[in-house]
Amino acid sequence: MKANAIMVDAKDNVATVVEPISKGADIHYFVKGELVDLKASEDIPANHKIALAGIKTGEHVIKYGETIGAATRDIPVGAWVSHENIVSLPRDYDSELK
Amino acid sequence: MQFMGYRRPDGLVGIRNHVLILPTCACGSEVCRVVAQQVNGAVHIINNSGCAEVKVNEDMTQTILTGFAANPNIYGTVVIGLGCENVPHDKLLDNIRKKTNKPVVSFGIQEIGGTVKTIDMAVRAARQMVSEASQLKREPCDMSELILGLECGGSDATSGFTANPALGWVSDRLIEMGASTIMAETIELIGAEHVLARRGATKEIHDQIIMICKNFEEHLAGVGQDCRHGQPTPGNKAGGLSTIEEKSLGCIYKGGHYPIVEVVPEGVRPTKKGSIIMDTPGYDIACNTAMIAGGCQVIAFTTGRGTPTGHAVAPILKITGNKQTFEKMKDNLEVDVSAVTEGKMSIEEAGQVIMDELLAIMNGKLTLAEVYGFSDTAIDRMCRFI
Repeated sequence: MKANAIMVDAKDNVATVVEPISKGADIHYFVKGELVDLKASEDIPANHKIALAGIKTGEHVIKYGETIGAATRDIPVGAWVSHENIVSLPRDYDSELK
Repeated sequence: MQFMGYRRPDGLVGIRNHVLILPTCACGSEVCRVVAQQVNGAVHIINNSGCAEVKVNEDMTQTILTGFAANPNIYGTVVIGLGCENVPHDKLLDNIRKKTNKPVVSFGIQEIGGTVKTIDMAVRAARQMVSEASQLKREPCDMSELILGLECGGSDATSGFTANPALGWVSDRLIEMGASTIMAETIELIGAEHVLARRGATKEIHDQIIMICKNFEEHLAGVGQDCRHGQPTPGNKAGGLSTIEEKSLGCIYKGGHYPIVEVVPEGVRPTKKGSIIMDTPGYDIACNTAMIAGGCQVIAFTTGRGTPTGHAVAPILKITGNKQTFEKMKDNLEVDVSAVTEGKMSIEEAGQVIMDELLAIMNGKLTLAEVYGFSDTAIDRMCRFI
């Protein structure tokens, strides 16, 4: 079996699929050298993200081990994560300068 | 490692040997185009600014135009102005002479009496310069003479884990050879600025990286705008990039791993060697413009969606990590590193492919955009035209 999704950092709660995925199909991605499976709960276009865990409204979405935004609605595991259901967060530059 | 370059009288080294036909303002741009079309070896740029400018915009225009003329890929410059613009041709000529001792002449359309006579005089001047330039020979030059611009545009999710890390590998190897690389696009650092700032060689540079992002957001907020409206772009979103943070975190990989030794203003040549940040907008064409004005002899440009862009002053090498994009857009893209996405190629191997193409281009191989004669310029604006 071949990986068809990339989880960049072990802290991530999303992975990026490298080919179009149909609803109900399995994605395969490496976690610390081991291939893991997950069922997609909806169609996901190539290069888009899939939720590796349920993400509640307001919770941070993590990719590259860093926050890439917050969920604007509850995102179930296996769902498509996109600009439709996550939003950018304001920066706190002053605390970064300390 | 060495490359074959053209040594200039100001001590810099170019990888092209063009005569630049440079308009002071929009009203000189068409005459410049006609002159460049008549003289093989001359190139021109389109300038949509240069007039009806407040001081900050005038300063930016002068930084960019004088930077183009001083770019080491340029043998000499023929300036063409109208006569009533913010900075007329003879003043721009003086400003160029403050940066470089390379050949420069200038003409004013109103002063000479119309475009036909101006074209006649400018063609003769450009012909003379091209004739002189053609007698120069490439000579071996040390890699430490190189400033490579690192750019990404039309990004998609593949950019962040294939093309950008591979370009970051190239940047690291070049810095080890004594070269400099410039990463720009301040807007596309937002959301990743805290990660990038850790690479600052000093606390001061760490804080400068945070401050350019803070200042940019505040500048936009001053006129009631938020960069998140246009970033990510619709194309980025269709390519799987959902927020500016996600785009930025992928963007910064192209800068490699070495300490950042200097943060320079838009269009300004670095004073240090190594990994440099330039404070520019995220708009790729404005970035290329500013980095070329800042002395980059060549730009390595990663793209997920594909772009034809090029520049008359410096070659732009284009790289994609998206196989479908390469297949569709191969008339405009040099390097395909999509095998990384498929797990068939390592980042190092992809970096070596980019490095080989970069060296070929530095030694004279034309990029696709150069073959087509493409040149896109965008001079950044701080304020509305007046």
